[in-house]
Amino acid sequence: MTHGIWLAILGRLDWQELPFYRAWENPTASEIIGAGAGLIVVIGAGAVVLLITWHGKWRYLWSEWLTSLDHKKIGIMYIALALVMLSRALIEAVLMRMQQAAAIDKPGFLAPDHFSQLFSTHGSIMIFFMGMPFLVGLINFVMPLQIGSRDVAFPLLNSISLWLTGAAAALVMASLVIGKFSTGGWSGYPPYTELAFSPDVGPDYWIWAVSLGSIGSTLTGINFAVTIYKMRCPGMELMRMPLFVWTALCTSILMIFAMPPLTIATALLALDRYLGYHFFTNDLGGNMMNYANLFWLFGHPEVYILILPAFGVYSEVVSTFSSKELYGYTSLVLATAAIALLSFTVWVHHFFTMGQNADINAVFGIATMTIGVPTGVKIYDWIWTMFRGQVRFTVPMLYSLAFMMTFVLGGITGILLAFPPLDYLVHNTLFLVAHFHNMLIPGLLYGMLAGYHYWFPKAFGFRLNEKWGRISFGCWVVGFYLAFMPLYVLGAAGVARRTQGMFDPIFRPWLYVAGVGALILLAALGALFVQLLVSIRERDANRVFAGDPWDGRGLEWSTSAPPPEYNYAVIPRVRGRDPFFEGKRKDDPYAPPASYEDIELPKNSMTGPLIGAVGAATAFGLVWHMWWLVIIGVLAIIAAVIARSFARDVRRIIPADEIGRTERSWLRAVAEATPIPREIEMTSANQGMAEVSE
Amino acid sequence: MSANQVKHAGLNLGGTDELTHEQAEIAVFGFWVFLMSDAVLFALLFATYGVMLSATVGGPTPASEYKILPVFLETLALLTSSFTYGMASVAMKHGASRRQLLGWMGATLVLGAAFLGMELHDFATMFGDGAYPTRSGYLSSFFALVPLHGLHVFFGSIWIIVMMVQVMIFGLDARVKINILRLGLFWHFLDIVWIAIFSVVYLQGLIR
Repeated sequence: MTHGIWLAILGRLDWQELPFYRAWENPTASEIIGAGAGLIVVIGAGAVVLLITWHGKWRYLWSEWLTSLDHKKIGIMYIALALVMLSRALIEAVLMRMQQAAAIDKPGFLAPDHFSQLFSTHGSIMIFFMGMPFLVGLINFVMPLQIGSRDVAFPLLNSISLWLTGAAAALVMASLVIGKFSTGGWSGYPPYTELAFSPDVGPDYWIWAVSLGSIGSTLTGINFAVTIYKMRCPGMELMRMPLFVWTALCTSILMIFAMPPLTIATALLALDRYLGYHFFTNDLGGNMMNYANLFWLFGHPEVYILILPAFGVYSEVVSTFSSKELYGYTSLVLATAAIALLSFTVWVHHFFTMGQNADINAVFGIATMTIGVPTGVKIYDWIWTMFRGQVRFTVPMLYSLAFMMTFVLGGITGILLAFPPLDYLVHNTLFLVAHFHNMLIPGLLYGMLAGYHYWFPKAFGFRLNEKWGRISFGCWVVGFYLAFMPLYVLGAAGVARRTQGMFDPIFRPWLYVAGVGALILLAALGALFVQLLVSIRERDANRVFAGDPWDGRGLEWSTSAPPPEYNYAVIPRVRGRDPFFEGKRKDDPYAPPASYEDIELPKNSMTGPLIGAVGAATAFGLVWHMWWLVIIGVLAIIAAVIARSFARDVRRIIPADEIGRTERSWLRAVAEATPIPREIEMTSANQGMAEVSE
Repeated sequence: MSANQVKHAGLNLGGTDELTHEQAEIAVFGFWVFLMSDAVLFALLFATYGVMLSATVGGPTPASEYKILPVFLETLALLTSSFTYGMASVAMKHGASRRQLLGWMGATLVLGAAFLGMELHDFATMFGDGAYPTRSGYLSSFFALVPLHGLHVFFGSIWIIVMMVQVMIFGLDARVKINILRLGLFWHFLDIVWIAIFSVVYLQGLIR
């Protein structure tokens, strides 16, 4: 009887599911590493809670950050989440490299099941909980500023998206401490992930984490697209938008149309696992090929969801740090739109070997190669932008240059893979792994890091340390080449991806080099955090409150750093591209308006954190079959949404004199700051005021 | 027709309440975009249904399970509910009495509930024949597509109730008006999806 009650409350959860218990029972290296990882999560979470309590910051955190609907704060929280998840997924990558290097004709230190969890979480996190939050955070912070708006179209929805993503990431973290994660890879292919082959909780963790994340991303896409279509300031015509906004728009459109296939794929897989449906099972008419189609209908556009915002960052960075107008603006816009469109026409290249006929493969192979054309256009445009410009090798610019060379290399191997006959040879090998890392590390990570360095002074009011930035940059680049070039060789030699151990000692040198590369990448991340700490410590010497540390071109540089919560005291009017750059040269962009007016902003709301917390609990209940929790959770979410629709007191007014005070103190700082030439912009002389030269 | 009146498609407030009409622009456009995303969900389930239609594995088939009369009545109920909701929108726009507005919304709700009741009865009949979603790939795909539409109608009905309560509490303030516009888009969208289900699922199943 008691057993029955526990079953009803805890579902299928028991002691065996704790990694600490497993490590105690069976103290192998693999289990101890698992328990250690769980311990890090518990201690890390505990330390954060303690630290906040110690400093008495709960109220501040709750009212200034967690419940905030300010797009800038939401963006920063997204990026903080991305950095935390990046740390975990990178450590997992290092473990995998070490395992493969150690496991040549030996078992190594990770059990096969543990290794499978590592590559599944590594991929899932890097795509859904590092890449997506990073780019969404960057767009959130920058895009409304760039289009001269005070917020996104639906601020509350923005907060809900953030918290759904946070809930999903929390679920992945929980899988370290309670139970286990999927062993089915980031794409979760059935029938392996069906009950028949994976009866444990792993695939369920994957399904619900990805589902929560995909719903959050769909809502984000809607929010951004509507913002860009409807909330541009007067004069900000479509063809005057900064390129970052264009890429944000195309990425948002991709999110709107490409996230639903993922939602459907995971939902149908869940129906199979929970209610015994037969979508992708081996028997009774199931068809896993349908899953591959659904998943990659999402998966391929997803690649461009990830890469396009980075292209936007590079366009801003290259133009700013060359002090030149972006070359070929129109062609860059057209190329971005073309890539977005073509991204829906190539998904079959992810499964050329599935057995469809050769003509279909040929069509998709040719479509795939076509994408190389607009991408090539972009590379040339960036090169021409630098030509005869006043190029400064700041950290964001270094990332942009490393990107251009590395990305072209990855693109070439992509063209190779687009040939179906060649794909048959290297399908599912490390060659493919090398290829997509070669695209996503320069095409996503470098871009996000460039954007992080570029807009950090705008977000926090001080520049990041240049030296540690360069060290980190050097490690990311050297580490990348060492870690992934060997994988091309190994893949061409036929080493399958996701292999826990191998037998041929001839692979050893390559695996060692790749292992060293992985360690250097870890050092790069370490340097990034050191840089953050050093920069915070030295913040007073590097303040750029006046707001324009790089002789910026777009509207975002025309406010103080950090910008006031209302962004613009008076909504700007725009007469061309690069409005701030031109404004500095033609007239005074800092001229105060005749008078200030009250500004209405949305009040904070706890709806977002509430829905996130309940969403995570519901998903947890689904994973462990705690049905009471699921029922309560679903009802609570519906109740929260309905209750919120009755709230009427949701706006607050910032009075005109408060705005006047804020603006005047900023304008005073602008007047006092010494304008500096570009040569010394990386020194403490930079107070955020650019010397204007013709 | 002034430029204002074509700011967003569908029944809108142009001409009677310009202020709310302006405010509704972003909200209604956003909802259109959401519906497009929702339409992708349905499109993929239709595609999945098409792929799995032949996977009956010796079990029940469309021809053996679909009955035209109840489905026809469901279609009538839903189409009529779209009409009554349209009348509610017109009543809101032109400032008809609150009783009239609530009456049309209530009629929509009743028709929606009738639709759901009949649909559940259909499902029960199918279950009675042994046509469970676990029986075959074909039935799995049927029981994903059609109930998802039903679920939308269910939540739409809850939304109607919420809006009726809000009309009673708040009267027709801007937010209530905008949400009635959005609910209208949602309800008509479900109608369109149902027409696709009626044609692609039921009619196609019966003429095979």
